[in-house]
Amino acid sequence: MSENRFPSPFEVEAPEGVEGWEELYPYSVVFSDDRRDYEENRFWFWDSMHWGWAMTPWDSTFLEMAIASLSQFNSRHYRIPPADGIDFRVFYGVPYFSPVTIEDGARIESRVPEFMERAGHYFANWDGLYENWLGKIKANIADIESVDFSPLPEMEDMEVITSGSAIGSGHRLQAEYHRFKDLCLKVWQYHFEFLNLGYAAYLDFFGFCKQAFPSIPDLGIAKMVAGIEVDLFRPNEELKVIAQKAIDAGLADVFSNPDDVPGIQAAIAGSEVERYWNEVEEPWFNFSNGTGFYHYDKTWKNSPEIPYAFIRDYIEKIQAGEDITRPIDEITAERDRVVSEYADLLATDEDRQAFEEKLGLARTVFPYVENHNFYIEHWTMSVVWDKLRQLGDNLVKEGVLSETDDVFYIRRDEMDEVLWDVYSAWAVNAPNRGSVYWPPRIERRRDIVAKLRDFQPPKALGEPPTVVTEPFTIMLWGITSESISQWLGTEEGADGLSGMAASPGVAEGKARLVFNPEDIGKVQDGEILVAPITAPSWAPVFPKIRACVTDIGGMMSHAAIVCREYGVPAVTGTGFGSREIKDGQMLRVDGSNGTVEILD
Amino acid sequence: MCDACPIIDWAAELPTVRSFTARRVSDAMEEFIVWYDRYDPSKKDLVGGKNASLGEMMRAELPVPPGFALTTDAYQLIWQDQYLVEQVNELLRSIDHDDVAKNLETSERIRHLIEAEPVPDRVVDELGQAYDALSKHCGVDDVPVAVRSSATAEDLPDASFAGQQDTFLWITGLPSVIEHVRRCWSSIFTDRALAYRHQMGYLQHQIAMSVAVQKMVDPKASGVAFTLNPTNGDRSQVAVDASWGLGEAVVSGEVTPDNFLVDKVIHEIVHRNVSSKEIEYRLNHGVVEKMPVPDDRKDQPSVTDDDLRAIAQLARRSEKHYGCPQDVEWAIDRHLPEGENVVMLQSRPETVWSQRPAAAVTNGGGTGVSSIVSTLLSPLTGAQATA
Repeated sequence: MSENRFPSPFEVEAPEGVEGWEELYPYSVVFSDDRRDYEENRFWFWDSMHWGWAMTPWDSTFLEMAIASLSQFNSRHYRIPPADGIDFRVFYGVPYFSPVTIEDGARIESRVPEFMERAGHYFANWDGLYENWLGKIKANIADIESVDFSPLPEMEDMEVITSGSAIGSGHRLQAEYHRFKDLCLKVWQYHFEFLNLGYAAYLDFFGFCKQAFPSIPDLGIAKMVAGIEVDLFRPNEELKVIAQKAIDAGLADVFSNPDDVPGIQAAIAGSEVERYWNEVEEPWFNFSNGTGFYHYDKTWKNSPEIPYAFIRDYIEKIQAGEDITRPIDEITAERDRVVSEYADLLATDEDRQAFEEKLGLARTVFPYVENHNFYIEHWTMSVVWDKLRQLGDNLVKEGVLSETDDVFYIRRDEMDEVLWDVYSAWAVNAPNRGSVYWPPRIERRRDIVAKLRDFQPPKALGEPPTVVTEPFTIMLWGITSESISQWLGTEEGADGLSGMAASPGVAEGKARLVFNPEDIGKVQDGEILVAPITAPSWAPVFPKIRACVTDIGGMMSHAAIVCREYGVPAVTGTGFGSREIKDGQMLRVDGSNGTVEILD
Repeated sequence: MCDACPIIDWAAELPTVRSFTARRVSDAMEEFIVWYDRYDPSKKDLVGGKNASLGEMMRAELPVPPGFALTTDAYQLIWQDQYLVEQVNELLRSIDHDDVAKNLETSERIRHLIEAEPVPDRVVDELGQAYDALSKHCGVDDVPVAVRSSATAEDLPDASFAGQQDTFLWITGLPSVIEHVRRCWSSIFTDRALAYRHQMGYLQHQIAMSVAVQKMVDPKASGVAFTLNPTNGDRSQVAVDASWGLGEAVVSGEVTPDNFLVDKVIHEIVHRNVSSKEIEYRLNHGVVEKMPVPDDRKDQPSVTDDDLRAIAQLARRSEKHYGCPQDVEWAIDRHLPEGENVVMLQSRPETVWSQRPAAAVTNGGGTGVSSIVSTLLSPLTGAQATA
């Protein structure tokens, strides 16, 4: 690699055995010779924060929907003055992003009044719109649940005849698939309805604080804004309640082997523990152990052994006399103290007034920023993946797939053809082609995805920008000119890493690398968790670990929020942490200064 | 001499020395010892200016080295010796304010009389108990202390000058403490104090003497703390310079100190730069010696994170107490128990950034959505300033 640029997407050497990987993804999202001039002259970074591993074909749908929606709100809805959308590509299975910045001053200028009017409306009516949003999200989830992917019947119901509707199940299956796709796109439209504006208001307060107090730690700012009773923390809080109820009901020992799901379910049957579990399971245990972006991420609801293990840990803590409840009053008092002390340090009353105003807005918008993650990534996506599995089951019955999860190896546009094939074969009552066409192709794709998952593609591609000014790159991904030059520097390999000082404190311990969410159970007491990214549902593991290091993520990334909540030192956005650090190495993590030292 | 000034008439004044004494000392009410951590402002006249300010600092949670005041009640007791009163009065009458050389001799004779005066047993007992308690608290037998005069002057704004101040350092053992208490008492009658009072037209009876007895700090590490970031004036930070041993090494610039930045509000150490500290000044029986720092300590931070937080809080409290940015000298004492071993030696106004008007952030930059527009247009303004 030349010194000051990342490799061109056209010169990265392919890993072995993945020939034809491009056909797993739509033609519009792969780098191609016909757009080479455009593509080669841009800076692309891998969003390993959300997509740390190669995606299967259907999974990449949500990447496309997410980034198109994000872009649409910037470019077409709110007219963010300096930023259009974020262009995206899938490269060896993972997404690369390239922000489209507006540099023409006159164009920026002309969008300012448009932005003021449109964003202004949202800021002015935030609470009502957010209330409305919660309603929309719940309705959308109900709609997704109502999608009917049931198998095609041997014979249509009599009702089809008597009602004179004439529309049969084959049409229903295809129409429902289309409705499903539309509802999925809606999920992502809703996701970004508030997010960018929320971050913008946060950044405005952030910028003000940095101007007033040039050396203020980011953490100080985050502490003033962070919500206290956040829905994202709720699932974990419910586990603590269940742990206490298990002790009260004399059922503490039941959880000693969390993997024995049927045994535990039998033992708690009819108890207060079971009753309470059932009460909170919907929606709170629609909680993914990953980012929610992968079909194989497990949810607490579907894989109760995960929350059972956390309950066991909490039971042990309570029995050891630890108080595991969140001291809400103390946390609130501390937040108030921090705010009033910084306010006292401001130079003028005018500054104090601006500070209060900006903080007020940041706090108005921030519940959305924190909570949307539960409603979309966890709850909605859990429902989405389960619904696709229903379709998979159906296709297994039709002989097109050999197992349910094969459904994720078919692209969403290909699925139209699959369903046509299935429908028409059903209608004719003759063999479909899918049963012979898809199984070998899916085998091949499974092999490609497995190989891509072992491949570590470059952190970034192409020409780095001299200075990063695109607000969303900075806000959402924490990518700045400094972090890019760090990435360039780290390519050479050093014995230290740096990133965001995301959660304060210093700790030493053994590294435990977690690349897959399933491995989270391997983390031992006193280890340092090193991962490309962490998920909020890993929260119960945080009391165990000494520190946490992630590859990507800013001060307000999920990992940072959760680490601070649980008082674990964290360095996020190291870029290469999970690649440089080996399992079992001794590390010194300084979460106050954002550095990680490899001690041996 | 102008008419407005009180007439200086030693003869007329002398009885007031006794009446002063009689007024203040009654066996039932006398109080000889006031510990700094139990000081309250009603005791100000009893302990004098120096002690009062140490007590006030303790009340403001500014941890000065521990100690106590021997009050003016103790001082007044010696004037119950009528013979001493008469002799001093006679010497005072002989003063001619134009004859500097003779007055020095007279002053010395008065002081000698006071220093030869036996200290009343009641005072010796209480002083002994207090000194033992202090030694015990510090975990040192016969703890070295500083003994200082702390004059009290009713209704006078400048008691310290009016009384003149004597300071005796590294005093060890009760007999020596008592000896230096007497010297503090006698320092009321230094020739300079006499001349000053004469010049200002103050009356003799207005002055009484309390004595400060305070642990000598033996610093494991020491340094300075600014209640702002000196590189950018950021008032949300405390900048700390620290090095091993006494503060001389830092102040003289003989070592590059460890340098830290601590956030005042969330108490995080936001920046740290640990340097290689080649030398340190250490105390050896009260004598300062310059020594090389042993290899195993030289590259180690001279303060712990907990120390830093204590230093920063101390500096912040001082800033709040005095109402402007401060430049604080602090030390970590070798003997004091963990948790109270960070002490403040001195605090004075910071002069560089305090002179500038604190820069306001809002310069018509707009509020609400228009401010968000400016933020989106230059989202890095803040972040760049951090770097």
